[in-house]
Formats: sequence, C-alpha cells, structure tokens
Amino acid sequence: MWSYVARKLLYNIPVYLGIVLLLMVALRVNDPVSSMMGKNKSQEDMLAMKESLGLARPLLEQYFDVLRFDLNVMSWKNQGLTVKQMFMDSIKPSLSITLPALTLTSIISISIALISAFFRGRRIDRILMVLAVIGMSVSFLVYIIFGQYYGAYLLTKETSWDLFAIGGYESGIENWSYYCLLPVLISTLVAVGYDTRFYRAVMVEESGRDYIITAKAKGATKTKVMFVHMLKNAMIPIITRIMTTLPFLIMGSLLLEVYFNIPGMGRVLYKAIQEQDFPVVQSFVTIFAAIFILSNILTDVLYALVDPRVRLS
Amino acid sequence: MSKTKTKPVLEVRNLSTCFKTDQGVVTAIDDVSFDLYPGETLGIVGESGCGKTVTSKSIMRLLPEHLSFQKPESRVMYGGLNLAAATEAEMRTVRGDKIAMIFQEPMTSLNPVFKIGAQLEEALSYHTDLDRKARRQRAIDMLRQVEMPEPERRVDEYPHQLSGGMRQRVMIAMALCCEPEVLIADEPTTALDVTIQAQILDLMEGLKNKFNTAIMLITHDLGVVAQICDRVMVMYAGRVIEVASVRDLFHNPQHPYTQALLRSIPKSGGRQKGERLPTIKGIVPSLFNLPPGCRFQDRCEYREERCVRDEPLLEQHGNRSYRCHLPLGGAQ
Repeated sequence: MWSYVARKLLYNIPVYLGIVLLLMVALRVNDPVSSMMGKNKSQEDMLAMKESLGLARPLLEQYFDVLRFDLNVMSWKNQGLTVKQMFMDSIKPSLSITLPALTLTSIISISIALISAFFRGRRIDRILMVLAVIGMSVSFLVYIIFGQYYGAYLLTKETSWDLFAIGGYESGIENWSYYCLLPVLISTLVAVGYDTRFYRAVMVEESGRDYIITAKAKGATKTKVMFVHMLKNAMIPIITRIMTTLPFLIMGSLLLEVYFNIPGMGRVLYKAIQEQDFPVVQSFVTIFAAIFILSNILTDVLYALVDPRVRLS
Repeated sequence: MSKTKTKPVLEVRNLSTCFKTDQGVVTAIDDVSFDLYPGETLGIVGESGCGKTVTSKSIMRLLPEHLSFQKPESRVMYGGLNLAAATEAEMRTVRGDKIAMIFQEPMTSLNPVFKIGAQLEEALSYHTDLDRKARRQRAIDMLRQVEMPEPERRVDEYPHQLSGGMRQRVMIAMALCCEPEVLIADEPTTALDVTIQAQILDLMEGLKNKFNTAIMLITHDLGVVAQICDRVMVMYAGRVIEVASVRDLFHNPQHPYTQALLRSIPKSGGRQKGERLPTIKGIVPSLFNLPPGCRFQDRCEYREERCVRDEPLLEQHGNRSYRCHLPLGGAQ
C-alpha cells in the first residue's frame, strides 16, 4: 500500500514541474511589469522596476524560486500585504462555504439517488428525476438573486427574523450561519440536481450487475443488497466525482463570493487577474496546481482502499 | 429409477412469466409445468431465448419486479409454500437456504470488492445462527469440499485473485453452504474451458450425492446433459415440448425439435469427410409474433395441416411427455 502511494507521488513530480514551467512562461508572454506601469514609462524605469522585483533574473532562477513555494513576496496592488497573508486570509472564507456545501450536496444527492434507484421506474423515481432536471437547469444566478431577495432581503423586511445577510463576511463560528448558510444552501441547490442524476446512473448501472442477483439469490434483503453490495461498488465513481471537485472547493466559488461579497480565494484571484497583480496570480495558480495534483493522488489512494483490484496495477 | 414414486421437492405448475417491453407485454415462458424429485438431476435444454433462464429466475423470483410479472395461475410449490405467491420475506427464507443458485458467469457473479470468505459467510449469516468464528470455519470447510487448494488462505482473497474455475467453485460452495434441497445451476460450465467444465461437473455430481440435493441444470450443451442428468426437459419458444429420461430422450426422441437438436451434435467419426453438420432450418420465432398452432411448425419437416391450426398439448405418455401431434414413435 505504501509503495503504491510512493509510486503515485513520484509519478506526479514531473507533472508538477511541467505545469509550473508552462505557467511561468504563459504569465510572461505579456510582460507583467510593462503592463503594470502603464503607458507613460521610460525604458530605464521599467528595467529598474524589473530588477527590483527580481523579474530580470534568468528564468531558471525564478523557476526555482517558484518551486520553493516562497510566498513572502509582496502583492503589487495591496499595499503591505504578502501573498502568504492574502492566501491565509482568503482560504478560510472560501472553505467555510465550499466544504459544508460539498458535504451537504454529496449526502443529499447520494441519498436521493439511492431512493431513486431503489424505486427505479416507479412514480417516486420519475418525480425525483424530473425535479433533479429542473434543479440543474436553472441558472446559478437565478438561485443567487432569488436567494438574496427572498432569503435575505424580504425575510428580514417582512418578518423580524434577520436570518441571513445579503452579503459580507465575518469570521468566527457564531457568525457562520448569518453570513455563510445562505450561500451554502444555494450552492447545494445548484449542485444537487446534477449530482443526483450522476449518482443514480451509477447505482442503476451497478444494480444490473451479476453479483447483485447472486446476493439476492443468497437471501439478502433488498436494503442489504443496496447498501452493502451495491454502494461499496458504487464508491469508485462516487469518490471520483467528489475528489475532482475538491481542488475547486479550495479555490472557492467565484460567483458566490462575488455576489455575496465574501473575501474568499475565488474573489481574490479574480481581482488579482483584473488588476494584473502578477505575484498573486502566479502564486495562487501554482498553489492551485499543487492542490490539484495532491487531490489526484488522494483519489488514487482512496481507489485502492475501496477496490481491491486497483492495488495490483 | 423409480423416482416417480417419491414426492417431488419442487412442483412447477402453469408457470407463465411476462415482460413489459416497449412493444407491449410479451410472455417469455408460457404454462411451464414440471416436477423436480429429491436427489435427481433435471436438465433443461433449448436454444438461446427459449426460456430456460427465465424459468429458473421465475422460480427464485429474481427477475426485475418493475419489468416482469407472473400470471396469476402460476404455482411453484415448495414444501407446502407457493413461491409464486409468497411474500418477499418468505422468499428470502427460501433463497440461498432451501433453493440455491449458481450462475453462468463466474467472473462477474461474485462481488469484486468483498473477500470470498465474507461472501460465503453472508448466506450463513442469513440462514443459520452460527457465530462469526463458526461461520468462517464453515466457509473454509465448504471451500475444502469444492476442492479449492489452500482454503485457509483463499478465504481471505478477493475474486479477482482466482481463476474462472476457482470462482465457479466458490459459487458452488456458496450455493451449497446451507445444504439446500434444490440447486439451480444456470449454465454453470458455459464460461469455462473444457477441462475445467469436466472438473466442475464431476464436483457437482459428487456433491449432489453427498447432500442429496436435487439439481436443475440449465444448459444448451447436450453432451453435459448426457453426462450428468437423469431426466431432461426440452424447451422451445417459451414452451416445454418434451420431458423424458436421458436414455429415452437420446435414444428415442418423440418431438421433431428434440430429434433435430440431437442430430446437430457433432459426433467424432460418425460422419464422412466433407459432410456438413445438420442444422435446424430457420430461426426461433419472435415471442412478439408467434405462429399459430405448434410453435415449431415453420421449421418442422413433418408439418401437417393441423400443426398449423391447433397447438398440441403437453401430454403424458407412460413416464415421458411431449407436445406434438405427430410424435416420431419408434421403439419405446
């Protein structure tokens, strides 16, 4: 098992090196310093600026800098803030929305998928699937605007319950439900429809397998068949689905963060791209790549834990 | 072989199973009746799609509920209980304990993510009050019974670590671990190569004698039937067309379809060079569009006018029965 993990780690090192190199080249195609300094600059000023920012050094030297994960570089646009501080400040708001949202979405959609597969072809199944299609067809923006209007604005105005904020963020667990619950519910609502359909398809596919009939022929109850035999086999696609969304969780949900004015990573990166805040963009994207690769490795390890056949290969 | 004197362990009467399809309801097996006696091996033969597997799954009620149903007159009597009308809870006490099943595809019939020991112990946990340790011991014993090498080690392996033949041995061990009275084997050797086939058949034969289990062997291989069956039931397009002892059936078939099936077995040395193996002309009629009269009429070389008009009934003649207006006769 450990050699399997080590092998996966080793495989991914060249992948990471390649990604970082590609990224650095891409970010330097348009000279970042020249576009930051605007139109009225002299050649000397620009060279001096490049020198002071360390961007005049050979690319290889800069490459090793990025690989060392040196996050103590100053942001160009946020005075006095290092990239590290910006990262640390924004990761918590992001996670406090995306993590509960993912958990809630997965639990709800897997449960609905199980119910649907259990009553496959019957009325309950059809109603649930119609609802799922409706749920996934409505735009994210509609949910956000309706949520803000009815959930935050109208609810506070009409009743005296000030349950949700229209926007903003305060840290601390006691403020969580006021600022974060509404975005969490909205992003769950958006994702549940799609995920339910995906998980139901997985369950339906598994329920047609031969080993299901074997289990029934042994005298297993329908619930045993579903929750023991089928669910464990369905875990592989379920894990894949959850794990592929994991890196995006850490980067936050851009739309929600922008509309709800939450200072998460999605919004910070979005702003940095707009303002051409070069060190922030470069560091955040590098971090994102690393997280992506780590979650891929984690996925592979989880596969091996769930499916005994994987360990051999 | 005076099996007819003893009481049958399984009595199937007028079993008809229908499927709901996009093109309407189709009757996959129509009015199937037969008896299975303790300790005998009954072969069920026929071409693909004739209803062999549907018959076995109907008895066990393993067909998808939302796509199939049994006609109300269907009766499957086992120990005073009509399985066709039993509740799910009653069915569960029968499945795996009283009537067990082996399937065609050993590669996919075992659950890939559980150890074979756990899968063997599962049936025991439903039908016996053995504790964990005793169940594990019983699982190892059963693996030894099916001549699995190193059962103590194999019990902790996963299905993908075993070969096809070994997996089918596990399936047999799993089916027999509660000592069922009836074993339904649905083409248990089709997916295996010939040497393994012979081993598995020998094993089933030996275990049948040991546990006095009645076996319903579904196959399209008449060689397998000749090797281990006592009686044979021939099916065609959802109907039983002939039931007889193996000896009677092979030496003196009464139904033209049975005769044609027997003719199409390749024989070593029985044919001249360049001679072609006889086949049955035409194809099995679609269940959506069955011919009037006898279902075999459009492929039958002895067809007469009444074969087209009336469908013959399955009639008992001595200790065999067949469904034909024009039985082939010959020395009984």
